[in-house]
Amino acid sequence: MKSQSAFVKFRKDYLSKWRLYLFLLVPIIYIILFAYAPMVGAQIAFRDYDFTLGIWGSEWVGFENFAKFFRYHDFGKILWNTLSVSLYSLIASFPLPIILALILHSFPGKRYTKVVQTVLYMPHFISVVVMIGMIMQLFNPLSGVFGLAYQAVTGSIMPDIFANPGAFSHIYVWSGIWQGLGWGSIIYMAALSGVDMELHESAQIDGASRFQRVLHIDLPAILPTASIMLIMNAGGIMNIGFEKVLLLQNDLNRSRSEVISTYVYKVGLMSGGDFSYATAVGLFNSVINFALLIIVNYVTKRLGETSLW
Amino acid sequence: MKQAVRNRIVNSKGDTVYYIISGVIMSILLVIALYPMIFVLSASFSSGDAVSSGRVVLWPVELNLEGYKTVFRNGDILRAYWNTLLYTSVGTVINVAMAMITAYPLSRRDLKGRGFLMLVFTFTMFFSGGMIPAYININNLHLMNTFWVMVIPGALSVYNMIITRTFIQSSIPYEMYEAASIDGCNDTRYFFSFVLPLSKAIIAVNALFSAVNHWNAYFNAMIYLNDREKLPLQNIMRELLVLNEMNLSDLVDPEQAILMLNSVAVLKYSLIVVATAPILCAYPFAQKYFVKGVMIGSIKG
Repeated sequence: MKSQSAFVKFRKDYLSKWRLYLFLLVPIIYIILFAYAPMVGAQIAFRDYDFTLGIWGSEWVGFENFAKFFRYHDFGKILWNTLSVSLYSLIASFPLPIILALILHSFPGKRYTKVVQTVLYMPHFISVVVMIGMIMQLFNPLSGVFGLAYQAVTGSIMPDIFANPGAFSHIYVWSGIWQGLGWGSIIYMAALSGVDMELHESAQIDGASRFQRVLHIDLPAILPTASIMLIMNAGGIMNIGFEKVLLLQNDLNRSRSEVISTYVYKVGLMSGGDFSYATAVGLFNSVINFALLIIVNYVTKRLGETSLW
Repeated sequence: MKQAVRNRIVNSKGDTVYYIISGVIMSILLVIALYPMIFVLSASFSSGDAVSSGRVVLWPVELNLEGYKTVFRNGDILRAYWNTLLYTSVGTVINVAMAMITAYPLSRRDLKGRGFLMLVFTFTMFFSGGMIPAYININNLHLMNTFWVMVIPGALSVYNMIITRTFIQSSIPYEMYEAASIDGCNDTRYFFSFVLPLSKAIIAVNALFSAVNHWNAYFNAMIYLNDREKLPLQNIMRELLVLNEMNLSDLVDPEQAILMLNSVAVLKYSLIVVATAPILCAYPFAQKYFVKGVMIGSIKG
């Protein structure tokens, strides 16, 4: 009798919905094949991967590959490059979309605001390849418009910014801001559009200026959104924009532009192909990233602010 | 009363200053965003000599179409353009279909195990096996150097799926499903007759997001494709713009070499325009969908 009712419940809950589960069949197979299979494959970080033996057949070596990375003479430099560029990028690019959104939202000329928004979103759609190609052309010391302007003003030829290791992080961060500033402000504009107009009206009656209302009404209204964005960004602190770094990198600036992900690419796919070692380096990066995300989320939750989950 | 009126006057003065500062900042940002794009466009329509000597500042100088002629005569570029169109259109259709069939069941409150299934998908957003295991995986699946390697990995964007799910949950009431199911509508039919027609806006968002992604991608093609004939536009552009792989070796006459170098700059600008124009021209018409996508994404689902 009891098993009967359990079966009835099972039939009601699952069997009658078989079509819904059928919908998920292809996505589940996909996610197993293309997301979880590589996670299982990441075990080669602890093995000495041999193509002929396969993932499961290769010999276990424990943490040998990780130890090799920690012993690598440029380990500290690569780690520092990764962290410093990300931190610089986070600090410089996090507040700017917030400020932009506050300005755009409070500006009275709605038509002009719309024009500015449309134009500022545009760079987001330019590919990284085109973006870097444009910088190389425009800042070319001999033929680029900025190179020629530099020459006209100072009388000397502009140094090549791509040959200067110290310039790398600035190119990386500020080209990112050029591309992402407008787009990044959309999410804050969305939050601002939800602000109750009555708050503004009553503040106005109390004699608050527009700037005061921005500081005391608009800014607090977008703080929850901002903290979510901060969690996400801080969690991805070691997820540097790898595709862009790879394009910007050359032998002259490598001392500052070699980050963990480009190093993985270099040792894994470019020279020789030491798959196990490269996987270990990559895994080291992913684990730190994941841990950071959890820690930051936990801390903000504790502080009574918003959290991701 | 008098106090209020006085406050108002004082405020409006302070506000004017604030608005002027805001307007100036907005205008400066406008110029910074717009100038490089206008310059590239103008340079692409100018003569090589005018570009290299710095006479092009804002508008085209010595109008000519040499750069575009070279671009459209180049077999490599045309083939790559065709490849990109192919990868983008097929890839986008697959992405949209996958996002819909995943988001629909997960949006249904009556789906048992929904929380767990959701976790299975979202976990992959925060953790991955990494570049090398993915590479070995593609190799094991025999996808290396095929057409499919450009559209199948990344067929499901979990982020887009979450946006889609949030949209379905918030804009199609569950009561509609209950009413339909009482009338004998099954889950498949409900999807095709109700959910799909009501999801046009989110389908547009999905299609636009993934079309832009496919159009701009270069990395997968770089590591997974070996044949030059299969490379998409971005990879050819990388060779020409970033790596500067131009065949100038057969030029010995220095005067001709300079001439060639000048036209190479114009060629690069023309290439940038040809590769970017489709997206930038389509974007203003689709802007509201892009913005909508980001806004739905900001709602915690």
